[in-house]
Amino acid sequence: MTWFRKRKYTVLKPTEKKRVDIPDGLWHKCQQCLHILLARDYEKNLWVCPKCNFHDRVSGWDRIGITFDPESFIADEDILDPTDPLEFFDTMNYMDRLVSYQKKTGLKDAVITGIAKCGGYKVVAGVMEFNFAGGSMGSVVGEKITRAFERSLKERLPIVIICASGGARMQEGILSLMQMAKTSMAIARLNEAKIPYITVLTHPTTAGVMASYASLGDVIIAEPNALIGFAGPRVIQQTINQILPKGFQRSEFVRDHGFIDIVTNRKDLRNTMINLLSFFAPWAREKEEVSSQSQ
Amino acid sequence: MALATFDFEKPIVELEREISDLLSRENEPGISRKIKALEQKLEKTKIDIYSKLTPWQRVQVARHMARPHSLDYIQSIFTEWTEIHGDRCFADDMAVVTGFGNIGNQSVTVIGQQKGKDTKENLARNFGMMHPEGYRKAMRVMRIGERFNLPIIIFIDTPGAYPGIGAEERGQAEAIARNIRDMFTLSVPILIIIIGEGASGGALGIGVGDYILMMENAWYCVISPEGCASILWRDRAMAARSAEALKLTPPDLLKLGVIDEIVPEPLGGAHRDPVSSFQTVRSALEKRLQELVKIPGDVLIERRAQKYRKMGVFLENKPEK
Repeated sequence: MTWFRKRKYTVLKPTEKKRVDIPDGLWHKCQQCLHILLARDYEKNLWVCPKCNFHDRVSGWDRIGITFDPESFIADEDILDPTDPLEFFDTMNYMDRLVSYQKKTGLKDAVITGIAKCGGYKVVAGVMEFNFAGGSMGSVVGEKITRAFERSLKERLPIVIICASGGARMQEGILSLMQMAKTSMAIARLNEAKIPYITVLTHPTTAGVMASYASLGDVIIAEPNALIGFAGPRVIQQTINQILPKGFQRSEFVRDHGFIDIVTNRKDLRNTMINLLSFFAPWAREKEEVSSQSQ
Repeated sequence: MALATFDFEKPIVELEREISDLLSRENEPGISRKIKALEQKLEKTKIDIYSKLTPWQRVQVARHMARPHSLDYIQSIFTEWTEIHGDRCFADDMAVVTGFGNIGNQSVTVIGQQKGKDTKENLARNFGMMHPEGYRKAMRVMRIGERFNLPIIIFIDTPGAYPGIGAEERGQAEAIARNIRDMFTLSVPILIIIIGEGASGGALGIGVGDYILMMENAWYCVISPEGCASILWRDRAMAARSAEALKLTPPDLLKLGVIDEIVPEPLGGAHRDPVSSFQTVRSALEKRLQELVKIPGDVLIERRAQKYRKMGVFLENKPEK
C-alpha cells in the first residue's frame, strides 16, 4: 500500500516583498478605458483622459480654478444654512445626512456662488457641487442661485452657472420643487433686462435642475458625453420596458435633438465662454478696465 | 356599478351591505328600527375613517378611477366650453385639454390635465402624463388668453410628466422649464386648482399661479411616494412610509405656504358625490377669480414673483456690520 503513503512536499515561502513604493494617488486609472497615467498629468489635463476623452467629475472649487481667471473668484459670504423643514427621516435623519455632506465637501450646501472674471469679463458665477447630495437642489441651493440672478440683474453683470445635479432634493419635498419656480422667476426678469445668461451642463444634469434654470440659458454649453435629461434612464427603461438607444440622453444626443447649443471639450470651455461673453456683454469687460484704471 | 373601494373602507362596505340586506326585508316587524341604528353607525364609521385618512390613503383616494377628472369639472362649471387642440409644432397632446369658456359672466382660458375613466381612455390620454408638446400647447393657449385678457384657470391632475424616449427627444425638461419661466410673465390672473395628483415638474410645468387651491383629497409633491420609496429604500412597497415623510397632503402644504386654500370634498371623496364637488369647486373658483380680475396686470406679475420668491426654508446668519 505504499502508494497511499503521504507524499513529502515542500512549503514555499514568499520572498521578501520588494515592491516599488508608490504613494496612494500617484497614479490614475481612467474609469472608462482603464488607461493609466500619472495623477499629476491627469490633473494637468483637467481630469480628462488623454486616451478616450472621458470627462471626469470635478469638484466645485477645482471647477472654479479651471474656468475663471486665476485669483479672480470672490465667493459670496456663506450665510445660508440648510435646515430640515419636513423633519425628514428615511434610513437616516436628513440633518445627519447634511452634516456628513458638509464634512465631506467643506460646503454648507451644494452650490458655490460669487463673482469672477472670465477672460477679463466680470461675471456672476454659480458652480454646483455634485459631491454634496448629488448636487441636489433644496431651499439653500435655490436661494443662492436666485440671489446670484438678482445680483447679476442689480449690477448688470452677465451670469454663468455650471450645473451638476441629479435634480431636486427629495428630503425637502415640495419646497425643493418650488425652487424650480423661484429660480425660473429670477431668469424671467433677467431676460427682460437683457442680461446674458450662460449655462454649462456637466455630467450629470437632470430632472428638477434641468427642468428649470439649466435649460433656460441664452446659450447652453455642455461637456462631452454628460448625462442630460428630465427623467432618469432607469425610470424610462422601467416605464417603456425597452432597451434605450445608445448615447441616449448624452450631450451629443441632446444637441442633435436641438436642446443644447454647443458641446465642447473641457479644455476649450473657457474660450467658448469668453467668445460668447465678448458677443453678448462687451460692456462687462469695459467696466472692469475702467475700475482697474481708477485704482 | 358599485364604486371600487379601498381596504380601509371595508367597515363601511360591510355596514352598507347589512343595510341593503335589511332593506330587502323591509316588511318584517322591527326592521326599520334596526336599519336606522345601522345607518347612524354607518355615518359615524364614515366620519371616523375619512377624517383620519393617512397620507398614503389620501394618495389612493386622489387616484380613484371614478374620481371626477378635469373635463368633468370643466363641462359642468364652464358654459360655452370650446376646446382647442395642438401645439402648432408637433402634435396634440391628449393628456391635457385646453380651451375657453364662461364662468358666471367671466370668459376665461381653461387648461386641465386629463386622465381617463377606463383603460381605453387612459391609453388615449396617456394617464394624464404630458409630453413636451402638451406643455407647449398649454403655453400657446395661455398666450392667447393673455392677448385677449382672459384669466387662466388650470386643473392639475397628473402622475408626472411622461418619462419616455420621445418625451426626452423633444425636450421635456426644456418645455417644463420654459413654461415655468413664462408663466411669470403673463399679465392675466392665473388660478390653479389641484384636483387629484400633483406630481413634481409634471404639475409645476403648468402650475405657477397667483392663487393655488387644492382639493381635500389631493396630493402635491416633488416626487411620487413610490418614486421616493424606490430611491430611498429601493422598495416601492415602502410608499406608505414615504408618503408620510414627504408631507404631501393639503394641510401640510398650507402650513408650508405652497398652497393658499383647501377645497373641502364630500365625505369619502369627490367621487362619492361629484355634483356637490362641482358646486364647491365652482364657487371657490368664482370667488377667487372675482378678486384677481380687479388687479392690474403689472401688479399681478409683481405679486406672483414675490409669492414664489419667498418659498423655501433655510437659516440665514446675517453678517454683523
